[in-house]
Amino acid sequence: MDITQFYQTFFEEADELLAEMEQLFLGLDLEAPDGEHLNAVFRAAHSIKGGAATFGFAALTDTTHLLENLLDRARHGELKLNTKMMDAFLETKDVLQKQLSAYRAGAEPEAGMVAEICAVLQQLALEAGAAPPAPPVIAAPPAPAPVAQPLAEPVAAAERTLKVRFSKVSENDCKLLSEEMANLGQVTAQTQEEGSLTIWLKTGCDGNDVIAVCCFIIEAEQIDIREEGAPAAPAQPVAAQHVEAAAPQSASQSTPAVASAPAVAAAAAAVQNKESSSIRVDVEKVDQIINLVGELVITQSMLTQTASLLDPVVHERLLSGMGHLERNARDLQESVMSIRMMPMDYVFSRFPRLIRDLSAKLGKQVQLVTVGKETELDKSLIERIIDPITHLVRNSLDHGIEGPERRAYAGKDPVGRLTLSAQHQGGSIVIEVKDDGGGLVREKILAKALQQGMPVSESMPDEDVWQLIFAPGFSTAEAVTDVSGRGVGMDVVKRNIHEMGGHVEIASVQGKGTTIRIVLPLTLAILNGMSVKVGEEVYILPLNYVIESLQPLDKDVHSITADEHVMHVRGEYLALLELHKLFDVAGAVRVPTQGIAVIVQAEGTRFALLVDQLVGQHQVVVKNLETNYRKVPGISGATILGDGNVALIIDVAAVQRANRDKAAQRGQGRPALVAAAAAAASRALEVAMAA
Amino acid sequence: MRKKTILVVDDSAVMRHLNSAVLEEGGYQVLLAGDGQAALERIADTPVDLVLTDWTMVPMDGCELTRRLRARPTSAALPILVLSTLSNEASKADARQAGATGWLCKPIEPDTLLAVVGSLMKPARA
Repeated sequence: MDITQFYQTFFEEADELLAEMEQLFLGLDLEAPDGEHLNAVFRAAHSIKGGAATFGFAALTDTTHLLENLLDRARHGELKLNTKMMDAFLETKDVLQKQLSAYRAGAEPEAGMVAEICAVLQQLALEAGAAPPAPPVIAAPPAPAPVAQPLAEPVAAAERTLKVRFSKVSENDCKLLSEEMANLGQVTAQTQEEGSLTIWLKTGCDGNDVIAVCCFIIEAEQIDIREEGAPAAPAQPVAAQHVEAAAPQSASQSTPAVASAPAVAAAAAAVQNKESSSIRVDVEKVDQIINLVGELVITQSMLTQTASLLDPVVHERLLSGMGHLERNARDLQESVMSIRMMPMDYVFSRFPRLIRDLSAKLGKQVQLVTVGKETELDKSLIERIIDPITHLVRNSLDHGIEGPERRAYAGKDPVGRLTLSAQHQGGSIVIEVKDDGGGLVREKILAKALQQGMPVSESMPDEDVWQLIFAPGFSTAEAVTDVSGRGVGMDVVKRNIHEMGGHVEIASVQGKGTTIRIVLPLTLAILNGMSVKVGEEVYILPLNYVIESLQPLDKDVHSITADEHVMHVRGEYLALLELHKLFDVAGAVRVPTQGIAVIVQAEGTRFALLVDQLVGQHQVVVKNLETNYRKVPGISGATILGDGNVALIIDVAAVQRANRDKAAQRGQGRPALVAAAAAAASRALEVAMAA
Repeated sequence: MRKKTILVVDDSAVMRHLNSAVLEEGGYQVLLAGDGQAALERIADTPVDLVLTDWTMVPMDGCELTRRLRARPTSAALPILVLSTLSNEASKADARQAGATGWLCKPIEPDTLLAVVGSLMKPARA
């Protein structure tokens, strides 16, 4: 049997156990530890050790073994916990995580790291007093170099397994015999039934040694020794028999077996509790299902479109069937998408630890509040959001929240408060990192920006000033600490979030604190879109950017330059961008008052996009442009419409940025979007996706 | 001849699947349970020929499971094997007292596991 097929499951389980362990450590009351709490930590360590030993991950086994021993003593009240221990435990957890990553990557963990943490744990065990009354457990892994001898035992060539059976022995003799046998080698199993004891012994000794040792206790005739695995071994054929007997049976009885399946399923459901409340599935498989369902939805909308041409009276039943199909397809799509959703707790749960470590390092007192940790987000997004949020949290602790004296001086609670929150808003998730620290200082940021030669002015609105901190290389921190302040990062944060289809907003009040708000789409695979027509082309505008659409009146449209217009909408002047110009589409409506202006908002800025007409609103399945063609500026992806045509999805934020950049470098001519590329992309995709 | 059925009780999904893979390869039918309580419910529905249980579990551990099984007339003579990473005599003594048939130490070679299980379910016993 190939044991490696279970590696993945073990890694995932160990990951979960480690995360659980950390949570438990952090929640532990050192003064009066709760017994059940300690038991739970012990069990987590114990389970990891069991798995690691089974798979032969020696370093992991050794480290967890030491940890487990300490925890075992703690839960039996033989060991008084203290902060130093807790630090060591948390460090051990980190090392275990690293070891796990190494094994996952198919490598051995770095020996130095393992030896170091083992030494720390052994030191703790020594400091905590004499070993408990079962010294062999502690003494078993040779203290100086636990790593030096991994796998040595199992691999030893001369070792084999002996099955030793003692008959007519008393209870007392059983105990003595099993102790004696343990001295000869490793007792891997033992069974006992009326008057007889059977021991499976892994040893380098041969049968005569066993007899010699045991003769002190019982007679030689009472001992029966066989080598396990040899053809003559009694147990083997039994197992083989089962196989032979079982094979034809399972073949001939396959029908009744199927018939009884519901009964089995019902029974299984009854004992569901922990056993089968969840299953582990490869993400690839889920993605494949999502893709297929996406295709199904496309096919369904093609059918709907074709069916809509039929006479509704003649084809009444077909059309009502189409209606059902549409609903079912949507429900199916939604349920499938929900498989990929994971709670934000996955992200938030790593912060108590980070904040504990960081605030100790910085000499600050910080209380973490999390809100909405059950809010769900697509798995691929949730994994990518961890780094940006970590960065923001570090920043808040380092630059935002002040030290206790300064806070007290400012009349604030000496304990700073950091709030992480997540909530759904329409098709987006809004994640906020909020602190009650000093806030951003406008003058400082402006001065720094000037110094770096950025185009700024005193009259810039606050929101624009705050956005400056996302510029590459920007940092206003007076001192570069090892926590943050090197000026790398905020730009990476912003870029990462943009790549996920989201954006970042900042609100800050000096002396009161800063709130950084990340807005992300719930999933990347599907979006609610509004299809618009420009010339003969159809484009999709993501609905979450669209605010309203209206037909411009002549008196509301004003020209700034020959090809730049603004539009007056409800007391506000908005830039009017003509989509046909951006993408160089022929045959489009050129006079603004004959088209439709769609008001969109991206990154806090509103503007109007001029299109010929609105076509409709659909859920579209997003196809990656880069995998099918290449990246096109201003386009975030493509989709296949009900009629089989390809439509490009407009990256509203990118269009907005391009327009802003264009305005900034007015007069340099060339529009930022390479229009011809978009048209080419559309054609290339029809070919690529039809295949 | 009916396939022999073994109930594997372990709170670790990895161990459950690994052990069931070994046992299934050995020609046994395998049932799974995540702790002692689940094991008892499982056994109430389906009789088994042997129980292979972990020792350290929540809410009900292997010791309690063994005791409860022994207390039921239907499973008073059922072979119960404990499979644990613990190897201290105290735990083994607990197991013996609770009525466990045998104690196996993790990690265990698949061949040894099958041999032990096989010898406990010799046709004569069935």
